[in-house]
Amino acid sequence: MPKYKSIPIISLLMTLTGLAVFAVEQKMMSIQVKNGDVRSSPSFLGKIVDQLKYGDQVAVQTVKGSWYFIDRPEGSTDGWMHSSALSAKKIVLNPGASDVEQAASSDEITLAGKGFNQQVENDFKSKNPQVDFTWVNNMEKMTVSQNQIQAFIKEGQLSPKGGE
Amino acid sequence: MDRSSRRQFLSLACKWGLLSLGAAPVLSSLMSGCKTLDELAKSGPSFQVGDVVVDTKAIAKETQVVAKSFEDITPEQEYYIGRTVGAMILQKYPPYNNPAADGYVNVMGQMLAQASDCPETYGGYHFLIQDSDEINAFAAPGGFIFLTRGMLRCCPQEDAVAAVLAHEIGHVQYKHGLRAIKQSRVTSALTSLAIKGTKKYGHEDLAKLTEAFEGSISDITKTLIVNGYSRSFENQADLAAITILQRTGYNPNGLVMMLDQMKIQLKPGRQDFAATHPSPDSRLAEIQKYVAKYPDVKSPQARQERFKASLGRI
Repeated sequence: MPKYKSIPIISLLMTLTGLAVFAVEQKMMSIQVKNGDVRSSPSFLGKIVDQLKYGDQVAVQTVKGSWYFIDRPEGSTDGWMHSSALSAKKIVLNPGASDVEQAASSDEITLAGKGFNQQVENDFKSKNPQVDFTWVNNMEKMTVSQNQIQAFIKEGQLSPKGGE
Repeated sequence: MDRSSRRQFLSLACKWGLLSLGAAPVLSSLMSGCKTLDELAKSGPSFQVGDVVVDTKAIAKETQVVAKSFEDITPEQEYYIGRTVGAMILQKYPPYNNPAADGYVNVMGQMLAQASDCPETYGGYHFLIQDSDEINAFAAPGGFIFLTRGMLRCCPQEDAVAAVLAHEIGHVQYKHGLRAIKQSRVTSALTSLAIKGTKKYGHEDLAKLTEAFEGSISDITKTLIVNGYSRSFENQADLAAITILQRTGYNPNGLVMMLDQMKIQLKPGRQDFAATHPSPDSRLAEIQKYVAKYPDVKSPQARQERFKASLGRI
């Protein structure tokens, strides 16, 4: 009989384990940055294998420090993203009236393009024509590649210990 | 299954069960992206700067009052706030417009930002040198970072420049700019989220929203240029800088080197760092215990040469 006593315990553990793993695997997140780089390894040194757009949904499969291994349900390449590029909230692009209603009663969704947005910036500009955005736009065009960063580290004899 | 293998199976099942169950809360605690100090304080009484443990409860006290409100501002909205705050800062201090020098601080800044706790923002980090003798540096929300030629003249070596940039990245990481916005404006902006309509705001709604936007920009700009952040926010940014410097392989004493120089060059009474920041001496006293174990800054020759080539005539 002792042989059979352990079966319910095993079943319970397997159920709990299975549920927990399932919950982690099914955690959906949204890209909360304009361009979200997906990398081959959990580090900014990892090769960029894909780029996702604001509001894209991903499933988190594994967590390693601040890096998440993500899977795109609609195909595309799997890989690692830094947690700061991801939001636990669902980001609704072009929200309709029902999304607005839902957002008012839930903190699980975010409405893209609502609140302070391009339209508000344009209105601000028309009321404050003396404020010049030329150099802010220029700043945004100053981009740095990962290769430039690597060369900078090497030339400066820096030895990064890595972030989290 | 014999008794020993059954025991082995049960033991493994227990371990995996506990591990998997434990993963869920850990995962959810990490889901919000960049951690604010409040979140760090909630997750535990302390966090680490380099090898030193910092008590977060004490420094988080004053931030908790507005935490609920500003945290509801999305990274997308933070980006638009940051763009306009940046344009306002550029009204006071125009750009230096030196592509080589700007390129140098941008590569360095990106590398430092990647080692911060908030490496990704909606529009990314961008750095610009401003043509002013005044000693100043600003971080607009979302990662628009500015520093004057006067500030760069307080930096005898690259490690000191890295300290200035890392300090400003610290302000972005902790969303200090957004915390300067008055509660009433945040409420007004967040109320607008409930306005129905698909794409564009109507005239009246837009007018209200722009008013809240203008007020928010004014709150942040006034804090950055006139009043300065609280002493505790500056301390948070200094500690973030030490962590970033340590992670990237710079000497955290770069911050000490910069503050020592600033002490010599600051002129009391001017509307620059002297008016908006705690004195270099008090900042030095606050960071002493975190940097004491590091040697004096001595950049390798190649690092010093590129620093001189890029900023030698600043």
